[in-house]
Amino acid sequence: MLNKLYDWVDERLDITPIWRDIADHEVPEHVNPAHHFSAFVYCFGGLTFFITVIQILSGMFLTMYYVPDIENAWQSVYYLQNEVAFGEIVRGMHHWGASLVVVMIFLHTLRVFFTGSYKKPRELNWVVGVMLFGVILGLSFTGYLLPWDMKALFATKVGIEIAASVPVIGETIKILLAGDSTILGAQTLTRFFAIHVFFLPAALLGLLAAHFIMIRRQGISGPL
Amino acid sequence: MSNNRVSRRQFLGYTLTGVGGFMAAGMLMPMVRFAVDPVLQQKGAGDYVLTDQAVADITEEPVRVDFTFEQVDAWYTSEVTNSAWVYKEGDKLVALSPVCKHLGCTVNWGGDPEQPTQFFCPCHAGRYEKNGQNIAGTPPLGPLDEYDVQEQDGFVAIGQVKPNTLV
Repeated sequence: MLNKLYDWVDERLDITPIWRDIADHEVPEHVNPAHHFSAFVYCFGGLTFFITVIQILSGMFLTMYYVPDIENAWQSVYYLQNEVAFGEIVRGMHHWGASLVVVMIFLHTLRVFFTGSYKKPRELNWVVGVMLFGVILGLSFTGYLLPWDMKALFATKVGIEIAASVPVIGETIKILLAGDSTILGAQTLTRFFAIHVFFLPAALLGLLAAHFIMIRRQGISGPL
Repeated sequence: MSNNRVSRRQFLGYTLTGVGGFMAAGMLMPMVRFAVDPVLQQKGAGDYVLTDQAVADITEEPVRVDFTFEQVDAWYTSEVTNSAWVYKEGDKLVALSPVCKHLGCTVNWGGDPEQPTQFFCPCHAGRYEKNGQNIAGTPPLGPLDEYDVQEQDGFVAIGQVKPNTLV
């Protein structure tokens, strides 16, 4: 049944080359943990992507209940965690995944560094990778404020002061982030929500696409 | 007529680029202005807030004075209580902001038992002299901010925060 459906579509749109191009590619022996167990270090990039997908999915579902308003944000997080079925699980996935994705991206960076994979001709992919690291840290920073509890508030106060310590433009960065020159409040929460849910994920997806297209064009770096 | 004749193709290229640029700017300009609005907003100077701290009770030892005012945060208006460290310098009232100039934690007078005559920040052990001067070798890079302060009917009234003028 499914085969017939596939053939029907393929006959008209010739989709086989498309997915072959994406899915069919060589995995060299030196990066395959089935051949050399130590090759598991080559999995950290894929694990980063896997957790990122979990973050995107669990985040999409969290916004079904979350409200980015200072009167209701904490209540809505409390409700979705304690009243909604599996709320603790879904929020837990997003909460723990957020830390794990930073750990994984860091291990991936170490692997690329110590195998020298950033060298010519892969310099540009390293640059994009560093940008991705920055975007992930930005997502961590903006997401931390959203539960709007005391820990989130004061962590963000400190984080914004760090941003404000940038020479010359620090004060402008601070106001752009906080939405006000003195108050960390209603406008900060909506801004952080917008940045966390729309702006940074858009940047993340664009950079990820560039990251993957480049690795596919250049292939995985050779054995040590 | 110049020697460099513009071909039909070039003319259309310039025209389309111009129109396209104009349309892109027309879309982006409102969005960018929308996003940077907080940077460009002017804040009016606020009034003095009367506290319930009698000026007669203020000594040369800084005391914490709380003051409550109505804070307008965009669509959210609320009562906010801040505090200041107030003491007398001769006859003059001095009010210092408790916000640490390192990363914005709250400093306490004599918070470090070993330095009873200094302000102390518990977050990263930043210290300040009584006049707000940050102590070299501790994290803060500048002196504590100062509040405009005056006496109203025998009570302390706190005004706007400003950079330290004492050090």
